[in-house]
Amino acid sequence: MTGSGRKLSRCWIAVALLAAIAIPAVAAASEAALPGDGHAWWFWPLILLVVTFIMGIFAVLGGVGGGVLFVPIISGFFPFHLDFVRGTGLLVALAGALAAGPGLLKANLASLRLAMPVALIASTCAIAGAMLGLALPTSVVQTALGATILAICVLMLTAKKSAFPNVPEADRLSSALAICGVYYEGSSGRKIDWKVHRTPQGLALFVIIGVMAGMFGLGAGWANVPVLNLLMGAPLKISVATSKFLLSITDTSAAWIYMNQGCVLPLMVVPSLLGIMLGSFVGVWCLKIAKPTFIRWMVITILAFAGVKALTKGLGITFF
Amino acid sequence: MAEHDSNSEYTVSQEQLLYAKFLEKGMIIGLVLLILTFAIYASGIIKPFIPKNEVSLYWSHTVTDYLHMANVHAGWAWLGMLGYSDFLNFIPIAILAGTTMICFLCIVPTLWRKKDKTYATFALLEAVILAVAASGILGSGGH
Repeated sequence: MTGSGRKLSRCWIAVALLAAIAIPAVAAASEAALPGDGHAWWFWPLILLVVTFIMGIFAVLGGVGGGVLFVPIISGFFPFHLDFVRGTGLLVALAGALAAGPGLLKANLASLRLAMPVALIASTCAIAGAMLGLALPTSVVQTALGATILAICVLMLTAKKSAFPNVPEADRLSSALAICGVYYEGSSGRKIDWKVHRTPQGLALFVIIGVMAGMFGLGAGWANVPVLNLLMGAPLKISVATSKFLLSITDTSAAWIYMNQGCVLPLMVVPSLLGIMLGSFVGVWCLKIAKPTFIRWMVITILAFAGVKALTKGLGITFF
Repeated sequence: MAEHDSNSEYTVSQEQLLYAKFLEKGMIIGLVLLILTFAIYASGIIKPFIPKNEVSLYWSHTVTDYLHMANVHAGWAWLGMLGYSDFLNFIPIAILAGTTMICFLCIVPTLWRKKDKTYATFALLEAVILAVAASGILGSGGH
């Protein structure tokens, strides 16, 4: 076995061991998760830490944000109410975006100029989404969440990506706002000039993205990237980096609404934030040796499973 | 040459670098305090408002029920309860959630000096939107 093969095996054994500890523990503890379930106070925070650690690894390897895995999985399989899960989910996505944001901005991969008009719309709509999500009955939000997660799976399976989309001419709005830039593409050693088109249509889609991010507490990288890359024509690297940075703005606005409503419990938030962040560090290390296609399929499968669980829970069907 | 270095040579605007600087500081301060305040909470050095072993009584309920059952006031009421270790954790969470607002305010003068009035207005508007969300004007205290 080669060196990288051994490392890969060790990595998977560690993840499998953690999963082997976490999954039965969650299942067993969920059974007994009634008020006064007799567990020590640290039991659930510890389980959250372990599960979010694994989630952090898969999120990086699968190329998704932490929030999109956190909300459906934690709301589907843990005893926490969706109100607290959404509040925590937004803070999880926010922490990841805050951690990545400064580096991406300094490296000129995230574009503040592209993000600002988009953020104005998305953050306003995320506030509306958060208020809507908190006003609607839990079963309705849970059902809609399940349907959204399943739609994200379809999007992940079908959406194409374009490293350097062809933008023949910048539209009038993006020209007026001077949304363009230059970056150095390390893989080819070339200087890439980029500009965007279809800006009004892109901005209109961020109305929907903002509402969904706020309503479900998901973060919205899964939707930001296709709109910035495929519709508006920003290069893939710029789209991914700007999307990550954008989450720090969109999720902030919605997170405040959840915080002001009281949806933040430190015993849930802090272990989840730490778990996701530590997992992301390990995930970045595993990225060097893991097989992305296999991981991507696994993440889609986990998401589909969590989506079906959220959907059936919302509809009041005991499926599994 | 590393990609980061090479790429940084290409027109990273002054306001973008300034924004990144403040974002980084806010994130680091927030994360360090988050670990510190949680350690205080978990260790039991300072008494929490809701005993740690009773939190599981509330988290399966809606937020409205939780606030009612635990007699917790939402919105910015936590500022008056910082003597309790559980509410102490809200300081770093508020810093993490408030950093973006500060970043936008910090870049307004730079954009204004560059006569980029449209983006200065955008930055100011974004800060106002976040301030409104943070203020609790839009509702606090459960469904």
